Amino acid sequence: MNKVAVKEVICDVLVEEAKEDKDIVVLCSDSRGSASLKEYVKVHPGQFVEVGIAEQNLVSISAGLASCGKKAFAVSPACFLSTRSMEQAKVDVAYSNTNVTLVGISGGISYGALGMTHHSINDIATMASIPNMRVYLPSDRFQTQKLFRNILKDEKPSYIRVGRNPVEDVYEEDSIPFDMNKATVVVDGDDITLIACGELVIEAKKAALKLKERGISARVLDMYCIKPIDRETIIQAARETKAIITIEEHSHLGGMGSMVSQIVANECPKKVLNLALPDTPVITGVSKEVFKYYGLDSDGIVKSALELLAHVE
Amino acid sequence: MVNLKAKAYEIRKDIVSLIHDAGCGHIGGDLSVTDILVVLYYKHLNCSPDNMDDPNRDRLILSKGHSAEALYCILADRGFFPKSDLDNYSGYQSKYIGHPNNKINGIEMNTGSLGHGLSIAVGMAIAGKMDRANYRVYTIMGDGELAEGSIWEGAMAGSHYKLDNLTAFVDRNHLQISGCTEDVMAQNSQEERWASFGWHVISIPGNDVDAIDKAIEEAKATKGRPTVIIANTTKGYGVSFMENQALWHHRVPNDEEYAKAMAELEQRRVEVYE
Repeated sequence: MNKVAVKEVICDVLVEEAKEDKDIVVLCSDSRGSASLKEYVKVHPGQFVEVGIAEQNLVSISAGLASCGKKAFAVSPACFLSTRSMEQAKVDVAYSNTNVTLVGISGGISYGALGMTHHSINDIATMASIPNMRVYLPSDRFQTQKLFRNILKDEKPSYIRVGRNPVEDVYEEDSIPFDMNKATVVVDGDDITLIACGELVIEAKKAALKLKERGISARVLDMYCIKPIDRETIIQAARETKAIITIEEHSHLGGMGSMVSQIVANECPKKVLNLALPDTPVITGVSKEVFKYYGLDSDGIVKSALELLAHVE
Repeated sequence: MVNLKAKAYEIRKDIVSLIHDAGCGHIGGDLSVTDILVVLYYKHLNCSPDNMDDPNRDRLILSKGHSAEALYCILADRGFFPKSDLDNYSGYQSKYIGHPNNKINGIEMNTGSLGHGLSIAVGMAIAGKMDRANYRVYTIMGDGELAEGSIWEGAMAGSHYKLDNLTAFVDRNHLQISGCTEDVMAQNSQEERWASFGWHVISIPGNDVDAIDKAIEEAKATKGRPTVIIANTTKGYGVSFMENQALWHHRVPNDEEYAKAMAELEQRRVEVYE
């Protein structure tokens, strides 16, 4: 089992890239420890800005730096970054079109028992609804590396959410399929499609293996690119498989599942089931417990897939 | 050398015409902030149509974005874009909208949502320090705007990072859309508030171009901390029937009021010119 959290990988990439690229600036809101960025601060103190516990200031200062040619990475807990500073993300980053990457750490329900104040299960809805803001939820440490190296190549605003704890690898170190803004086909199949993002891609992958044992061929799409979403691959899945299940660590309102449903309804109507979190504060528990409780783990996905297939067939 | 006093009245005439013709705009705050913008754009800012993409240019963020008309009239007069572009101000498909739009030459960042400009300016000033660049960063806030908590986050950061390349203005005209600032949310003792945040504070009569000029020079000479210039202005300055009237926050003059305002501004322009 992998012991490296995705945020640690982000630190590694930034430490390395900032050696060559002096325009990279990382900003934190008293979050360098929780973001695993202490090493970055140690190696590149001159390319780091601490703003204190002030997320609005974090984002506006990032935008100011970016407008002067810097590549700003504002790293803060996703819960605060996506809502408290949403106004600054909308105006100073997206509307002014500044080269700021908002990195929401410990996203979704990964803060567990710290409660709803620390959960971000509406960040896809808030961030994706802002014109000119891209949204990414990478699924494992390898994909995160690829994503960050690609983000460094362009100058457009984006919001990236990652979890708090190490997650199982979806990919293998020497084989990481990645095409910017294209969903990754993790497992191919033609009975049903499982579209997942973030930490739940691994659960979808496991579910596909369990379904295979029952003779069901499931396609698994890693939709790390929530916006711009990969419409083509979604429509293709709707055409080629009998039904679609979306799985995400987000409210069922306005998340990736909502977007997929909209595209399928518009382009190629098929049954779509959205597995997500309910419109209520979630139960207390660690991620695995919460996922299981709401049917988002591999067993829950398998159960939903069997029911859905029985219904559509 | 531009006669700054006369220029300020000339720009005010442009503003009043723009708002009258377009049928919209925030006339009161435009007229109160005009002198600050004129002194910056015609004397101090190292930013012109010739160097607007130069990384070493000075930056200005109009945090009180609703005074966009004043900024547009000055940018047009300085040649950042043709004056005729403003003929469709706020019209169908126009990029010249009611708050600064950075698709327009000379405008750095979009503003309009209050409370953002100071923090953006802090970021720009930090970038300047990182690059050991000589440019200066200016921002202009309204006094009603100071009720936004984010301003004070920016104020903290400005002094924490000793940003002596940053100068902030407060357009202290004592009025906001609902009435007197002191009734809506008291903004008294501005000097003490900013000083307690570690800023160098200069308080001036804010429609006096000489005082503004002098304050900017003092800010440039101040080392180790940012400067805030509390510009004690008069909302609607230059048109007697608009002065100190919250009503004129964003009222549009009718034809009769327009003629009267233009006549008064022209008379004042001639007086200061001679």
